[in-house]
Amino acid sequence: MTISQRFLTALVLASPVFSQAPEIAYDSAPNALKMPEHIHMGEAAGVATDSKGNVFVYTRTGGTHESVGGSRTFTFGGSRLFEFDRTGKFLREIGQGVYGFEFAQSVKVDPKDNIWVVDRGSSMVLKFDPEGRVLMPLGRKPESVADAGRGGGPPAGGGRGAAAGAGRGGGGGGRGAPGAGIPGDNFNRPTDVTWDAAGNIFVSDGYGNARIAKFDGEGKFIKSWGSRGSEPGQFDMPLSIAADAGGNIYVADRGNKRIQVFDNDGTFKTQIANVGAPWAICISPGAHQYLYSSNSNDTTTLDNGEIYKMELDGKILGKFGMAGKLMKEFGTVNEIDCRNANQLYVGETTNWRVQKLTLHP
Amino acid sequence: MMRCRGVSLVVALAIGAPVFFAQTEGLTPAQINARAKAQNVPQISYESAPNFLKLPPNVYLGEGIGIASNSKGHIFAYTRSQATRLFEFDQKGNYVREIGEGLYGFVFAHAVRVDPQDNIWAVDEGSNMIIKFNPEGRVVMLLGRRPEAVEGVPFTPNPAAPEPYLFNRPTDVAWDAAGDIFISDGYGNSRVAKYDKNGRFLKTVGTRGNQPGQLNLPHTIAADAKGNVYVGDRSNSRIEVFDNDLNFKAIYDQVGAPWAVCITPGPHQYLYSSNSNPDTNNSQIMAVTGEIYKMELDGTIVGEFGKPGKQLGEFGTVHEIDCRNENEILVAEITRWRFQKLMLHPEPQRSNAK
Repeated sequence: MTISQRFLTALVLASPVFSQAPEIAYDSAPNALKMPEHIHMGEAAGVATDSKGNVFVYTRTGGTHESVGGSRTFTFGGSRLFEFDRTGKFLREIGQGVYGFEFAQSVKVDPKDNIWVVDRGSSMVLKFDPEGRVLMPLGRKPESVADAGRGGGPPAGGGRGAAAGAGRGGGGGGRGAPGAGIPGDNFNRPTDVTWDAAGNIFVSDGYGNARIAKFDGEGKFIKSWGSRGSEPGQFDMPLSIAADAGGNIYVADRGNKRIQVFDNDGTFKTQIANVGAPWAICISPGAHQYLYSSNSNDTTTLDNGEIYKMELDGKILGKFGMAGKLMKEFGTVNEIDCRNANQLYVGETTNWRVQKLTLHP
Repeated sequence: MMRCRGVSLVVALAIGAPVFFAQTEGLTPAQINARAKAQNVPQISYESAPNFLKLPPNVYLGEGIGIASNSKGHIFAYTRSQATRLFEFDQKGNYVREIGEGLYGFVFAHAVRVDPQDNIWAVDEGSNMIIKFNPEGRVVMLLGRRPEAVEGVPFTPNPAAPEPYLFNRPTDVAWDAAGDIFISDGYGNSRVAKYDKNGRFLKTVGTRGNQPGQLNLPHTIAADAKGNVYVGDRSNSRIEVFDNDLNFKAIYDQVGAPWAVCITPGPHQYLYSSNSNPDTNNSQIMAVTGEIYKMELDGTIVGEFGKPGKQLGEFGTVHEIDCRNENEILVAEITRWRFQKLMLHPEPQRSNAK
C-alpha cells in the first residue's frame, strides 16, 4: 500500500455513512421467479446465477424435522434448492432430501457452473456439479441435536439477528479453538464461500467460529485465519465473502460494521467501514469490478436496508433501496448476486422472496 | 352521540352493578367463575348443516382452529393436522385446494381471516408469524419472523418490552377500513399491535394484567366499520374495546371468556363472542360454558345459542367464528376436529330491537 492509499483509507475510516451518496435508480421485475403451484418460497437466504443466467435459490422452507432415536434426537430437512431459467421459469429442485440441507445460508455458482451451498444448520459446504449431483462435501453435519451446539454455548436471544451472538466462544465444532487451523477442521455455522482464480476455496465461518478457512480446489485444508474480536483481522459474525480478480478476499464483518480486505494468504490489507453493517457483499466480474454491500435491516426492524455500490477500494458510487415489505423494498437481504453489474438478484429472508433488480446508474 | 352514551352506560354497569342476578346454587366456585355473568338470555334457534365440508379421500382435518369465508362464499379452514394445513372449499363445501403446502410459516395454526380484498391471512402461533396470501394463494406479505431453529434454544422474548416486528404466540388479525392491521399478541405478549397496510409498525398497546386497558391472553380480535377494535381478553373473561388509535374505550364482561369474536359487515353490525367450553374436556366447566352470544356493538346482548357436545349442532370448543353473513355462522372446533355451518333463526323483533 502506498502512502497516498493509506491516507485515503484513513479518510474513509474516519467518515460517517455517506448519506450524500447518490441514489441509483432501479426497478424490480414483477413476478421474477415463477413458483409451481404447490411449492412455496420460504426465507430466501441464498440466490446465485450461473453462466447461462439460470437462477439458483437456496431457501429455508418446510421446517426442520426431529427424529427421536433411542438415545439421541436427530434433525433433518428444512431447506430446499431450486433452479429457474433466466426468464424465471421453474426448472427443477436440486438435492431433494440431501443430508446437509437444514438451514439455508447461501448459494454460489463457481466459474465452472458448479453450485455451492452453505448450510448454517448442518455446518456444511456442499459442492454440486452442474447436473446437480454432490461432488464434494466440506465439514460434517453434527450427528445429533446435542452435538449441534458443541463449543457454541447458549445463544443469547436466538433468532434476533445482530443480538443473537449465537455460538460465542465457538470452538470449531468442538474440535479445536477457532482459527486453530487444524487440518480437517469443521465449521461452526458457516455463512458463505468464494474462490480465487486458481480455484482455492475460502469459507467464512461464521456464526459459531469467527474465521476464514482456505482450502485448495480439491478440498484440502490449507489454512485458517481470524478470531472473535474487533481488531484488524478479527471478526464478529463474518457473514459474506467475495474475491476479486487479483485474489484479494473481502469479508463482510457484520458485527463490526466493516468490510475487511485480505490478500490471498489472509494478510490484512484494509477495511471499508462506512457502509453500515454488511450482511451481503458481492463483486462483479469483468475488467472493471464493482463491490456491492447491503446494510440490511435487522430481522426485528425496518431500519436501514440500503445497498451500496463501490469501487473495489471502497469508494462509494451510489446506493439504492430501503427496508420494507413492498416491491423494491428489502426485507433483510441475505445474499446478492452481481454476475451482471446492473442486474442484481437479492435474496430476502424476512420477505421470503427473491427480487431481480435492474439498476440505472 | 347515541352510540357514545350507550358505551359509557355499559361501562358504568360493568363496573357498578351486575346486569343480571343469577342463581349460583349447586355450582362450584370454578363453575361460577367460568359461567357467563349474563343469565336468562334469549335463545336463538339454529341448525347445523349436515356434511358441511367434503374432504377428498386421504385428507383429514385435525383440530378445527380457524375458519373464514371470502366475498364469493368460499371457505378457508385452518387446521392442526400432522402438519398445520390450510384448505379452501367452495360455497357448497366442496374441496377446492390446499394453500401453502409445506409453508415455512405453518407450524401451529391459530386463526385465519379474509380481508375485504379477499386476501387470506393466517396467524400461526407456532412460527410467531402472520402470513398474508393473495386470493390466488401465494404469499404476498409477512409480519413477524419464525425463530431460527438453528439456534437450538427457543426464542424467549421479553414480554415487558415487546419488539415492534416480533410476536410471541400471536392469536388473531383484524383490519380497519383504511387497511391498517391489528394483531392480538397473544399468549406470550399481552398487547395489540397496529401496522399500516404496508406492514410498517405504528403502535402497540397493552400489558399483562386485569386493569382496564390491560390484557391477559388477548385471543381474538375484530374491528367495526368505524375502526374501533374489539379484543377478546380471554383470561380476564371480558371483551375490551379500543378506538382506532388503541385508546381504551369500554369493557363488556357479561359474556364469559371470549375465545372467538367476530363482527358482521353491513349497516347494522353485530358482535358475536363464544364463551367456549374448555379444551381440557373438563366436564364440570363444560356444564356451564360453550354458548355463543350475539350482541350489539355497544355490548347489549341480543341472544345466545349452542352448548358443548359432540353431536351436530353442539360445540367442541369453538376457536374461531366467521360471521360475514349475520345468520349463517361458521365455527371451527378444537376438540371435535370439525367445522360447522350454523343457520340462525333469530326472532325478528329481537334482531331489530335497536
